[in-house]
Amino acid sequence: MLKRSLCAWITALVLPLAPLAAKAELVIDIIGGAESAIPVAVAPFKWEGDGSPPEDVARIISDNLVRTGQFQSLPRSEFLETPSQQSEVRFANWRALGVDNLIVGEVQPDGDRFRVRYELLDVFGGSRMEGKSFAVPRDAMRTVSHVISDEIYEALLGRPGAFNTRIAYVAMQDRRNGDREWRLVIADADGYYPESILSSSQPIMSPAWSPGGDRLAYVSFENRRSEIYIQEIGSGERERVASFEGINSAPAWSPDGRRLALTLSRGGQTDIYVLELDSGDLRRVTDHWAIDTEATWMPDGRSLLFTSDRGGNPQIYRVNVDNRNVQRVTFEGNYNASPTLSPDGRRVAMVHRTDRGYGIAVQELGENGRFRVLTRGSQDESPSFAPNGAMVLYATRADGRAVLGTASLYGEARQILSTDGERIREPAWSP
Amino acid sequence: MYGKHLSRWLMPALLALFLTGCATVGDEERVEDRQDGELTEEELAAIDRQRAAEARGVDGRRLVEGDALEELLEDPDSPIAQRTVYFAFDSSEIRERDVSILEAHAAFLADHPDQRITVEGHTDERGAPEYNLALGERRAEAVKRALVLYGASADQIRVTSYGEENPVDLGSNEEAWAQNRRAELVYRY
Repeated sequence: MLKRSLCAWITALVLPLAPLAAKAELVIDIIGGAESAIPVAVAPFKWEGDGSPPEDVARIISDNLVRTGQFQSLPRSEFLETPSQQSEVRFANWRALGVDNLIVGEVQPDGDRFRVRYELLDVFGGSRMEGKSFAVPRDAMRTVSHVISDEIYEALLGRPGAFNTRIAYVAMQDRRNGDREWRLVIADADGYYPESILSSSQPIMSPAWSPGGDRLAYVSFENRRSEIYIQEIGSGERERVASFEGINSAPAWSPDGRRLALTLSRGGQTDIYVLELDSGDLRRVTDHWAIDTEATWMPDGRSLLFTSDRGGNPQIYRVNVDNRNVQRVTFEGNYNASPTLSPDGRRVAMVHRTDRGYGIAVQELGENGRFRVLTRGSQDESPSFAPNGAMVLYATRADGRAVLGTASLYGEARQILSTDGERIREPAWSP
Repeated sequence: MYGKHLSRWLMPALLALFLTGCATVGDEERVEDRQDGELTEEELAAIDRQRAAEARGVDGRRLVEGDALEELLEDPDSPIAQRTVYFAFDSSEIRERDVSILEAHAAFLADHPDQRITVEGHTDERGAPEYNLALGERRAEAVKRALVLYGASADQIRVTSYGEENPVDLGSNEEAWAQNRRAELVYRY
């Protein structure tokens, strides 16, 4: 199998890569704040070495917290003092500034490593809520900043953060010689450290993370048609798992990682199937003349949400994979597609057509079924939940360019990730 | 015995040569008699036109490939010169103005029964990429159905969809979208 795919890579100019740093750096803009957000201040971390510190840890933490929409961060220009530990803090100053929580810390060189220490302080109680020290190499400074952000998030909100996670997306670029290039990229959740894991002269789409976060399933057109591959991220090793007649697309991992839901159009009808990865057994789950696609698993692994236009326009339905009973889920408007579930299975995010165009909407599953449009774009698509369910990552447009955005489920905060000269699309947030 | 064998093979071969080549043999000799440098521009243009005509004069062949196919694809006057048809938003209906294009391809396919083509369906960028992949296939299938209706054989036509993944125009406006909602008839890769 592996040997056969090797030949295919060469003929179609496909290059699977062990993670390779991409040249383009992501540009990150954080837009807006939230009114109901918790007011915090993150003091610049005291630097005890020569020159400037390897990373601005306080800035990374502050940006992380703000883009969740659940925090607002006091600008440094309004600080009355810059403490680096609890004993230096005059809590009355921070109370006067309306800050609920203060984060202080320092970075010290320690041989070829750096010692990073932080404290999370309760301004009203004048007390310490959390605090820790880490020793890390230079290239882990951003990672440790995300770990600290996660600890602060959990200490203040009582649920885990999702800052120390990754995203996958597809970048497309027209070269000067007229060739078009597609790359499958993984990056930190804040867009930093983009690395290509596949490069191709034909389209790549629909990356899907395995539940363990160590593999990606995706659709590649390297043989001039859609086929599904699974690639191990660390080694770059990959295998073609679906290459039936017609469309092979929309891979979705079951919660146990042993099955893949996918869309096939063999026999001329676009339906949802489930592929048993170990045995290769294939089972048809839907059977309808309409388009059925974009399956996503409910957390119990027994039913799927999917898009179908069986009612005359695309809406989201639910199917039980054992008895194949189908139930309609969305009723708002005449275009709802690309369902993606929050990790707790209580909410579904989707592409929803509005007066303005296509935006990302969220619907609560169950009795009340509250529905709201989360984003304000006109061409938003491919929503993907953060593993803690607090944010949605999606593809959008900014100044005519194809970029990624994150939107908070709790406030107005939005973030745009873009790279120069590339269209970036089809994002997926890692577990 | 040898002679009998030979004639059995030779006769149809000669007949085939006669049928496909007789109209052009004389002209080729005339051209080869002279140096290129002696030809006037008009004569050169005439030769080009004639070569294109020869390439089109592929009647009787079951398959056109190689240089003959290249010329046919490049020649703006050839019946298969136009290989893209366009669609209205959210539609996979063949437009009236594209019918003659598809009729010409169907006739060509019927005349060349070993010819194979791929119909690639594409959509504009709006909406969900995976759903668009299925819509693109609907467009390609609609083109295939039309080609079969006009006389091509279904097994000559392979259908594939790229959805919104490979736009012709990277713009994000009505004009770009109209260019991108298309099906392409691909004779070779």
